[in-house]
Amino acid sequence: MAATEIARQAGEGARAVPLAGHVGFDSMPDQLVNKSVNHGFCFNILCVGETGLGKSTLMDTLFNTKFEGEPTQHNQPGVQLKSNTYELQESNVRLKLTVVNTVGFGDQINKEDSYKSIVEFIDTQFEAYLQEELKIKRTLHSYHDTRIHACLYFIAPTGHSLKSLDLVTMKKLDSKVNIIPIIAKSDAISKSELTKFKIKITSELVSNGVQIYQFPTDDETVAEINSTMNGHLPFAVVGSTEEVKIGNKMVKARQYPWGTVQVENENHCDFVKLREMLIRVNMEDLREQTHTRHYELYRRCKLEEMGFKDTDPDCKPFSLQETYEAKRNEFMGELQKKEEEMRQMFVQRVKEKEAELKEAEKELHEKFDRLKKLHQDEKKKLEDKKKSLDDELNGFKQKKTAAELLQSQAQQAGGSTTLKRDKERKN
Amino acid sequence: MIERPESTVASIAQRNLEGYVGFANLPNQVYRKSVKRGFEFTLMVVGESGLGKSTLINSLFLTDLYSKDYPGPSLRIKKTVQVEQSKVLVKEGGVQLTLTIVDTPGFGDAVDNSNCWQPVINYIDSKCEDFLNAESRVNRRLMPDNRVHCCLYFIAPSGHGLKPLDIEFMKRLHDKVNVIPLIAKADTLTPEECQLFKKQIMKEIQEHKIKIYEFPDTEDDEDHKLIRKIKERMPLAVVGSNVVIEVNGKKVRGRQYPWGVAEVENGEHCDFTVLRNMLIRTHMQDLKDVTNNVHYENYRSKKLAAVTCNGGVDLSKTKNQMTRSPLAQMEEERREHVMKMKKMETEMEQVFEMKVKEKKQKLKDSEAELERRHEQMKKNLEAQYKELEEKRRHYEEEKSNWESQQRILEQQKLDASKTMEKNKKKGKIF
Repeated sequence: MAATEIARQAGEGARAVPLAGHVGFDSMPDQLVNKSVNHGFCFNILCVGETGLGKSTLMDTLFNTKFEGEPTQHNQPGVQLKSNTYELQESNVRLKLTVVNTVGFGDQINKEDSYKSIVEFIDTQFEAYLQEELKIKRTLHSYHDTRIHACLYFIAPTGHSLKSLDLVTMKKLDSKVNIIPIIAKSDAISKSELTKFKIKITSELVSNGVQIYQFPTDDETVAEINSTMNGHLPFAVVGSTEEVKIGNKMVKARQYPWGTVQVENENHCDFVKLREMLIRVNMEDLREQTHTRHYELYRRCKLEEMGFKDTDPDCKPFSLQETYEAKRNEFMGELQKKEEEMRQMFVQRVKEKEAELKEAEKELHEKFDRLKKLHQDEKKKLEDKKKSLDDELNGFKQKKTAAELLQSQAQQAGGSTTLKRDKERKN
Repeated sequence: MIERPESTVASIAQRNLEGYVGFANLPNQVYRKSVKRGFEFTLMVVGESGLGKSTLINSLFLTDLYSKDYPGPSLRIKKTVQVEQSKVLVKEGGVQLTLTIVDTPGFGDAVDNSNCWQPVINYIDSKCEDFLNAESRVNRRLMPDNRVHCCLYFIAPSGHGLKPLDIEFMKRLHDKVNVIPLIAKADTLTPEECQLFKKQIMKEIQEHKIKIYEFPDTEDDEDHKLIRKIKERMPLAVVGSNVVIEVNGKKVRGRQYPWGVAEVENGEHCDFTVLRNMLIRTHMQDLKDVTNNVHYENYRSKKLAAVTCNGGVDLSKTKNQMTRSPLAQMEEERREHVMKMKKMETEMEQVFEMKVKEKKQKLKDSEAELERRHEQMKKNLEAQYKELEEKRRHYEEEKSNWESQQRILEQQKLDASKTMEKNKKKGKIF
């Protein structure tokens, strides 16, 4: 489907002219249909619901085929989304169907974050499409659209009311995807209980402001059937891939000791209604709503988040280039600023470190200057001591030499006196 | 010649249906919705004055688009090339079509026709630009598709070949819009002349590598045969008429000549029916698709590439950039820059550390050196002290020795002198 087929204004400013014969453009819808059929269709369903509510079985029943997967265990640590794509063909129509299952939903003790992975998944698909749409060289024509077109929300058949997990999850999803709530395994509820249950559910949804998908009533061809069906929401379904012989036909059914629940019997459950609405009548509308409402909302939010606006403060419309260029300049400016900042920071650090080291150096020098001074003092003291010793030594030497001289003199004199005496004595 | 976008095939599991599902009704749903929405188509006619463009439009759509109340542009005198559009709403079989006819009066009428195609190109580009802007808004809503889906180019029936203006125009417009060349006023050519003329034109078109609108290939054999037939008759030779004449009891549109009536819808007289069937009944949607998927995308990618890859053009980088949206482009640039910054940071860090280490080492070395010197000096000093001590001790010893010696001597001397005194007193009397 061309991405450009957003609702157009019909003939504004155009004058109506009569035709004088058969021109032939009434074949346009057929041309369009042929093109679509040749191109193939694509549809993506998301099944949200607790483990064991029969999601996979219902898918198998709806599409009359066995899809992949074994029943999942209850011990998943978090909610995961598993998606599988299948190519189906019915008469000349090819359909690329993607079924996304929430594995482990509602199994954890703390379910506060259960909805997050679902929202994330849906947003991821939108993001992928947005990225493709914004590319310079893009191939939207052949893009495999993975956006979720319908979300079947499986409600446990308690018969009382919605669980708080259900309300929280649906509230988070209602602006992102078309939600179709269904009561699963409804063969566990009796008819009277069912009516009360449906009323309770609908009122709870309304009072909590949850927007579920309404079948469109603007096209006369289907307005009637759609509005009737809107009154039957949520659909109470039963799924089964096993066949049981009823009368002389093999029908899909679930066999109990007390009777057989026929899937395609409208008295037994709303399966046929679901199939009619989901596939036969409104599949195209679901795709359109996803593209024109949910995707546009996502896109708008994303672009606004990034700072894109449609008009500048003077209310003049921005052209695409201006926006991009402005963004880019702003962006480059930011980058440069960051670079500058980092450089400045480094310069600062270097300065600081330099100062530190200089301080240390200075201290070191001071220390050694002090030591040197001490040393000088010591040396001086030593010198003084030396000098005094030398002086003493000199003094002593002098004394010694003087004394010795005296002595030798005295000796000489004494010697001569003694000699004299001796001489006298002898005489 | 014009490339059509290919569909990509992913690895997907096939499943067979075991019963009725109901999505075979999807085409009906699409049909229903498209009828409700209505259709749009913009047709441009280009050619010199007097080639019967307005008449052909009226004949094609069986209406008086150009009438006395709304005269066609050709009836007004123009000095320069204009581009004029008329919008009409037509209904048939429950299907609503908003038809826009774009006329180019004055085209090729001047003496100097250089650049007479420029207003046409500007018009086509401006419509693409409008669409691009509408598509790029944050709040998108009604996006009317006013892009030119098809351009009928009228060739004068000279019988010889294409004029230089024809070639120039088609070359400039063939990658902006679907060009369908037509031989106008074909009732002036005999069938043989027409054949030759067509051959000549096709030859020249191929020579100049002009990409005229090509019909898509179909797998259907019947359709394929039809398409082959059409291709063989290209370019289509047409005759238009608003006048209904009675021929053999039938009312037909035609041109009355003394020698007969040239019937517009007679396949042997001209290719009008082929044109009408192709343009309106079978390929209108395809013309729109090619415009959207090929011509518009070309315009868009050129426009956006100019914006995001401004400045230095590195071919290898540009190619990569083309497959990314500008936002992803900016993301990538940001990431690159973050990496660059990180690298720069680590480099600077490294250099810083190294320098600090160096400086510290130097400081340590000089500290060690100073320590050493100080130690040495201290040792030196100590040695000297020791020496001095030695010396002093020595001296002290010597001194005390000598002093004690002196004392003994003194004592002796004293004793001696005392004895002498005594002796002197005694001995002097001899």
